[in-house]
Amino acid sequence: MTAGAAPDVGRIRVVLPAHLRQLARCGREVTVEAEPTQRGVIDALEDRYPGLRGTLREPGTDRRRAFVRFYACEDDLSHEPPDAELPEAVRQGKEPFLIIGAMAGG
Amino acid sequence: MGGVRVLVGTRKGAFVLTSDERRGDWQVDGPHFAGWEVYHVAGSPVDPDRIWAAPSGGWFGQVIQRSQDGGRTWDPVGNDFSYASPAGEHQWYDGTLRPWEFTRVWHLEPSGTDADLLYAGIQDAAMFRSTDGGDSWAELRGLREHGSGPQWQPGAGGMCLHTILLDPRDNDRMTVAISAAGVFRTDDGGTSWRPINQGLLSDGIPSPAAQVGHCVHNLAMHPDRPDTLYMQKHWDVMRSDDGGEHWHEISGNLPSDFGFPIAVHAHEPETVYVVPITSDAHHFPPDGKLRVYRSRTGGDQWEPLTDGLPQENCYVDILRDAMAVDGLDQCGVYVGTTGGQVYGSADSGHSWAPIVRDLPPVLSVEVQTL
Repeated sequence: MTAGAAPDVGRIRVVLPAHLRQLARCGREVTVEAEPTQRGVIDALEDRYPGLRGTLREPGTDRRRAFVRFYACEDDLSHEPPDAELPEAVRQGKEPFLIIGAMAGG
Repeated sequence: MGGVRVLVGTRKGAFVLTSDERRGDWQVDGPHFAGWEVYHVAGSPVDPDRIWAAPSGGWFGQVIQRSQDGGRTWDPVGNDFSYASPAGEHQWYDGTLRPWEFTRVWHLEPSGTDADLLYAGIQDAAMFRSTDGGDSWAELRGLREHGSGPQWQPGAGGMCLHTILLDPRDNDRMTVAISAAGVFRTDDGGTSWRPINQGLLSDGIPSPAAQVGHCVHNLAMHPDRPDTLYMQKHWDVMRSDDGGEHWHEISGNLPSDFGFPIAVHAHEPETVYVVPITSDAHHFPPDGKLRVYRSRTGGDQWEPLTDGLPQENCYVDILRDAMAVDGLDQCGVYVGTTGGQVYGSADSGHSWAPIVRDLPPVLSVEVQTL
C-alpha cells in the first residue's frame, strides 16, 4: 500500500456474537472481502447481511454502539478510529476480528 | 383455512401460536429472534401472511423484521428511526429537561386498507409512518413538535408512544396514547395533533383541565363505533363517546382500577375487558388471583372471569399490549403474562385455558383471524 491510499482489500475473518448470528443466520465466524479497517469490515458485513444494518453503528451518526466492542490479537480496538488499519495478523487472516457485546447486567 | 394465529412478543424472542377455529389444539413456533426483546409483532389485516416484528436490545439497538409467509421466515427491513427535526427536550423524572432520544419501537400498527402502510410508535415518544412495507420510515413530526413536549415525561417504562388507533371511516384520523403525556389526535393524516384529555384526573395533576401529563396505559376501539374509545389509565378505566373530546370514568365495581391493557369484544361494542392489577407499587393481580374482568354494559358494571385462570398464588403482570381478541363468531380473548403464560378463551372469556405456560415474560399479544 502506498502512503495516503486506501488499504488493500483482503479476506477478513470476523467472529459475531450470538444475537447478531441470529439476524444474519450465519455461523460464529464469517469471512468478508473488505478494506482492513473497522469501517471497511462493518460496511462489508452490512452489505452481505443487511439485517445487521444499524446493529453495530447507530443509524444517522454511524457511531459505534456503546455496548459493542471490537477486539483482535488480544487488544481492545473499540476506541481506535474507524479508518485505522487493523493489525497485520487480521489483515493476513491469521487472527479474527472479534465483535463482542460488552459484559453488562448481572 | 379458518382459525387464528396469535403473535407473541417476549423478553427473549417472538412466538407464533396457531390453531383451527376450535382453538383447542395449538402449534407453537419459535423462538424467532432468540435473545432479542420483542416489544411487538403485528400482521397486516389486508395480507395476513405479512407480519412485522420489532426486536430490540440494549447492545445492538432496534431492528425491524418482516415475514411474507405468516411468520415462518423473516427478512430485515428499515430500522432508521431518526427524528425528522432537532429533537427538543422533555421532562425527566426529576423535573429537569432532557433531549429526546430514540430507544426502541413499542408498537406497530399496520393499516387496515393498504398492505404497504404501517405506523410505529417509539420511545422517546414519536410516531413514524412507512408507505413501503417497512423498508423506510418517516416521522410524523407534528406530534413531537406539538409544543407541549417540554411537559411530557416518562412513565416507569420510559416515555413511549404505545397505542395507535386508526379510524376505519377516515384514514386521516388517528388517535395515539403516550406515557406519560396522554392522548393525542390528528384529523389531517398526522400533520397536526392536539391533546384530547379532558376529564382525566391524575395524581400530581389534579386539574381536569390539564392538557398533558396523564399516564395513559392503553386505548381500545370497536371498528363499528369509532367515536367510542375505552382507556385503561394508570389509575381509572375511562370512556369517551365523542372521539376522545371528553372522558368519564367507568371503573365501577372493579377490585382495582389500576391496570395496563384494555380490549373490546369483536362483535359487541359495549363488551369490554380489563385485567385489574393491585396498584402501581404492586404489579400483580389483587389477592393473588388472575381475573379478567368483563363489562357488557360499556363499563361501570364488571364481572370477574376466573374459570381456568389461576385463583391462588398468582403474582404475574399483564402488560399493556398483552391482551387481544380474535374475530371468530365466538369471540376469542387472549392474555399474556410476565410469567410466560398465554391464556386463551374461545367463548368470549367465560372459560380459559393456557396455550403455553413457560415462555419468557410476555410483552405483547396480537391475534390474526385467518
